[in-house]
Amino acid sequence: MKIVVAIKQVPDRDAPVRIAADGKWIEERELQWAMNEPDAYALEEALQLKEKHGGEVIVLSAGPERVGSTIREALAKGADRAIHIVCDDLGAGAGGGLRNFDALGVARLLAEAIKPESPDLVLTGLQSEDLGLCQTGVILAELLGLPHATLILHVEKTDAGLKVKRELEEGWFQSIEMPLPAVLAMQSGGNKLRYATLMGIKRAKTKELRAVNAAELGVEAAPVATLEQISAPKKQKSTQMLGGSAKEAATALVEKLKTEARVL
Amino acid sequence: MSVLLVLEQSGGKVSRLSWEALAAAHRLAPAQEITAVVIGAETDALAAEAAAKSVGKVVRVEHPLLKTYTADGYSKALHQLIQGQSPGQIVFPHTYQVRDYAPALACRMGQVLIGDVTGIADGPVFMRQLLQGRLNGSYRHSGNGPCFVSVQAGAFRADSVETQGNAAPAPIELFTPALDAAQIRTVPSEPFRESAQTVDLGSAQRIVSVGRGIKGAENLPLIEALAGALGAELAASRPICDNGWMPMERQVGSSGQTVAPKLYLAVGISGAIQHLVGMKGSQCIVAINKDPDAPIFEVADYGIAGDLFEVVPALTEAVKAAKQ
Repeated sequence: MKIVVAIKQVPDRDAPVRIAADGKWIEERELQWAMNEPDAYALEEALQLKEKHGGEVIVLSAGPERVGSTIREALAKGADRAIHIVCDDLGAGAGGGLRNFDALGVARLLAEAIKPESPDLVLTGLQSEDLGLCQTGVILAELLGLPHATLILHVEKTDAGLKVKRELEEGWFQSIEMPLPAVLAMQSGGNKLRYATLMGIKRAKTKELRAVNAAELGVEAAPVATLEQISAPKKQKSTQMLGGSAKEAATALVEKLKTEARVL
Repeated sequence: MSVLLVLEQSGGKVSRLSWEALAAAHRLAPAQEITAVVIGAETDALAAEAAAKSVGKVVRVEHPLLKTYTADGYSKALHQLIQGQSPGQIVFPHTYQVRDYAPALACRMGQVLIGDVTGIADGPVFMRQLLQGRLNGSYRHSGNGPCFVSVQAGAFRADSVETQGNAAPAPIELFTPALDAAQIRTVPSEPFRESAQTVDLGSAQRIVSVGRGIKGAENLPLIEALAGALGAELAASRPICDNGWMPMERQVGSSGQTVAPKLYLAVGISGAIQHLVGMKGSQCIVAINKDPDAPIFEVADYGIAGDLFEVVPALTEAVKAAKQ
């Protein structure tokens, strides 16, 4: 099976974020980056399918040069080769790149890069941890003219195509059968994520990483939905923060829970 | 401009989330300009329910192939409906089902879904969360064509959507899309549960819930000791269950259980919306997290910004001491 996995590099979950001076995005200088976790699950599923059925796993990612480190990580975990849609030099704004595209624009870029590969399966994570738009996989399916399913925890290859396990709300699931080629948006938690081995990291350096300039893909940014401003959230409740040493805070909390909240 | 509101059903009734989406639609247009849409193979009961609310019109999108949800069936049927009209906005509840097809439907019309919206300001400007709730973003739609919006659970109040007084029910129209079985490429099964749920967190009085901050399963005894001292049930956020450190049935959040105990103590949980929707109805919320800007503190009554590996043992001792 030939599988393309679309992955995204996002700010590391634990990295502190600051709003940039223009108020339109976060300050990216000195930020730590990581592979979007749902995409890591998509990659893991692809690698396991390849181990079972053979074939090839191609990772695809769009973004500026820094994205290369996340692509290398995917190659080190076992992907065979990679395509990097380089988006540094597009549109206005310093480092703007992908930010000038909305979800449809980014999916168009990815779709153009996927088409010449004619994969049997395209996998993405369900959502990104930064923008959280939850739609790249579904739009990709529409643009590629393929059937899709989202919130997928498990993929089984059948004679007719695929049988997948889809998560529903409140602890329910369903199976979906579909023909190949197809697009799946993977939910977290279906597999255990692997770490890259030293050998894997070494091998990754020799694997093919093809850079494609976004401009060559013939997709215009032309967003219909624009992020105009970002801001810190307002508190919904007035939280009493308890300070001091761990012991002092703990003692104060117990007192509050007993006498104020009366829940102990 | 008119608004099309796509309702979703749950157990044969219009879901509460759908009424919250109607409350959001009221922010965009007066009631008489809102068309509520119900979809299925038999929609008369749903339509009657919708017609009794404050909407201008109800459209039944009905076809035998819409009996079970499929992305292909729903996208095709709604696309045909929308093409015959020109709504300013199309509003959905932000459910798993909507996330599965609305982006494709929007794409078919050269549009993008502005999803998981938490607020609507004049403009309209749509607010949604970024970076797992650490920041908010305001979005604006531009260009021709309808603006697709889905509304986050709990963001709008459903109790404002009742009709005033004894107003007559809204008129109901039938729309029959042209669908062909061959166009529906996926075959879904009936929903199933993995196993009978043995842990009912919904009835717990006190819950100690743990998140990524715990770093590894080997550190869970710290949390178990605190829960033991408090006489509390143990729960967790999704990543803990994804990693297999705790069983899935102890997961709180949109994909797990919804709880509302007297005391909810969140340890090392940052507070992504998927978790918050499952616990924000708790009477008293306590958060312990090393990041003072973590979104969990936005819903907490009491917070300790500190290292859980120091705070939790101290708290366990303080709880034990208070009981003596």
